[in-house]
Amino acid sequence: MLTVTDLSVSYGAISALGGISFTIRPGSIATLIGANGAGKTTTLRTISGLLRAKSGRVTFGGADITKLPPHQIVARGLCHVPEGRMIFSNLTVDENLAMGAYLQKDKERIARDRDYVFSVFPRLKERLAQQAGTLSGGEQQMLAIGRALMGGPKLLMLDEPSLGLAPKLISTIFEKIVEINRSHGITILLVEQNANLALEISHDAFVLETGRLVMQGKSPELRANPELKAAYLGG
Amino acid sequence: MPRPHLALLAALLAASGVFALSDRIDPYYLDVLVGIGINIILAVSLNLVNGYTGQFSLGHAGFMSVGAYLSAAVTLFLGPQLLGAGGGTALAQNALFLAALVAGGLSAAFAGLLVGVPSLRLKGDYLALVTLGFGEIIRVLIQNFEPLGGALGLNGIPASTNIFWVLAGAALTVFTVTCLVRSTYGRGFLAVKDDEIAAEAVGLDTTRYKIVAFVVGAFFAGIAGGLYGHFKQTISPGGFDFNRSIEIVVMVILGGMGNTVGVVLAAILLTLLPEVLRPVAEYRMILYSFLLIVLMIARPQGLFNFRFDKSKS
Ligand SMILES: Nc1ncnc2c1ncn2[C@@H]1O[C@H](COP(=O)(O)OP(=O)(O)OP(=O)(O)O)[C@@H](O)[C@H]1O
Ligand SMILES: [Mg+2]
Repeated sequence: MLTVTDLSVSYGAISALGGISFTIRPGSIATLIGANGAGKTTTLRTISGLLRAKSGRVTFGGADITKLPPHQIVARGLCHVPEGRMIFSNLTVDENLAMGAYLQKDKERIARDRDYVFSVFPRLKERLAQQAGTLSGGEQQMLAIGRALMGGPKLLMLDEPSLGLAPKLISTIFEKIVEINRSHGITILLVEQNANLALEISHDAFVLETGRLVMQGKSPELRANPELKAAYLGG
Repeated sequence: MPRPHLALLAALLAASGVFALSDRIDPYYLDVLVGIGINIILAVSLNLVNGYTGQFSLGHAGFMSVGAYLSAAVTLFLGPQLLGAGGGTALAQNALFLAALVAGGLSAAFAGLLVGVPSLRLKGDYLALVTLGFGEIIRVLIQNFEPLGGALGLNGIPASTNIFWVLAGAALTVFTVTCLVRSTYGRGFLAVKDDEIAAEAVGLDTTRYKIVAFVVGAFFAGIAGGLYGHFKQTISPGGFDFNRSIEIVVMVILGGMGNTVGVVLAAILLTLLPEVLRPVAEYRMILYSFLLIVLMIARPQGLFNFRFDKSKS
């Protein structure tokens, strides 16, 4: 579904990604884990066209998308929920969702997607007219995910959806991620620092360390891996 | 009829009403009213760029001068040929004036495109610098271009601007900007301002949005320039300098970036303030600046802005 080949990215003279390669299988939940500054956000941003790769290739559904601008990548069904709940704070919840469907022309489909978003996050429906900047942190994260769902994703990339949320909310958000994957068949690429949880719900996992992939495999296997346990899972 | 359309109709009717009564209004008040109308056009159009879209343009007076010069050139140089020796009927004169205004607006919009396409691709404060430079370059170019009067400017521009044209222009500007930002497409301007990365991530072509805002803003600045030239009957490059751009920026900030009603009120207030301060002659500019500082400290989010402010949360 998504294949990244030998991808390198740098910020000016500083190299952030030094040639990483991985493949995401259709219908799966894959997770990219790693410490602060490992290059997780950089990876997602490069895939979605927000950053330009120095070298390497990204293919999605068989087509090379490495050099496409973000809006053309979204149009192909690759949607990105950026790190840090970047919602449009001066727009209402309703308008935020409408922005998510910006590239969709089919009115019926937009209505269906809205109903779907409300079925996943009923809270959003109650707050349609509220200015998004006044939502609670958890609600903002739901909105950020809901907005991406309005783009009709085939592959949804989530950058640290648990960031700054209370533990109870985190498990709710993770349940929703699984639900989105199962009920709608949307492939998911999840970036997390919370490696335990991420490995629990995902099928495949990739471990990033200072711009390089140091480990990859089936999530249950990685969970049992002693090295990884020591480094990321708290012993 | 939708509300903005009704409001536009009402405003146009009011403009004709004021025009019909203009013989009975003190010419001084009429002049002040024209000044207010022109400043509303300038401030509301700049607000689309600086307020709604979150860019920072410092070149609005430059676009105004492009429109002023081009529309004056149309009525001065093409007018006599098109209207004939007799000067033409009132209808023909007004038609020519309208054409001159539109030509001024379009030329300013084109200038906006030329400046915007390269600079809006860059992030951050480049736009401020580029537009600042643009305003100065235009001014120096005109100063050294003799066919447009050089440093002395253009004189003898027909006095085609009247209170109807100005109020109608202000109403149309408010109408256009309001409809634009309220439309589904137009919510994108606010999205770009709120969060550019998120806007890109949901598939908005943010560069295009910025260019559209910039070009539309420049268009109305050009219209304002045309109205201004045919009101003063004389224009010179010095009238469109950096200070003029700053005045318009101040109106937008004071009105509360991205709040059209507030910006209209600020344009009115800041046009009236120097007039009210006339009696204190030499202290006028000091007092004006002082009041600005006080207002900014008292209401940093804008005098008339009551919306949610991201920076406060
Ligand atoms: N705009 C930038 N300019 C320069 N360096 C940057 C920039 N953004 C990120 N970096 C650097 O690139 C490296 C990777 O950053 P990235 O944000 O991808 O990490 P991350 O894995 O997402 O970390 P976190 O878990 O903290 O979000 C870091 O060393 C970071 O300092
Ligand atoms: Mg990150």
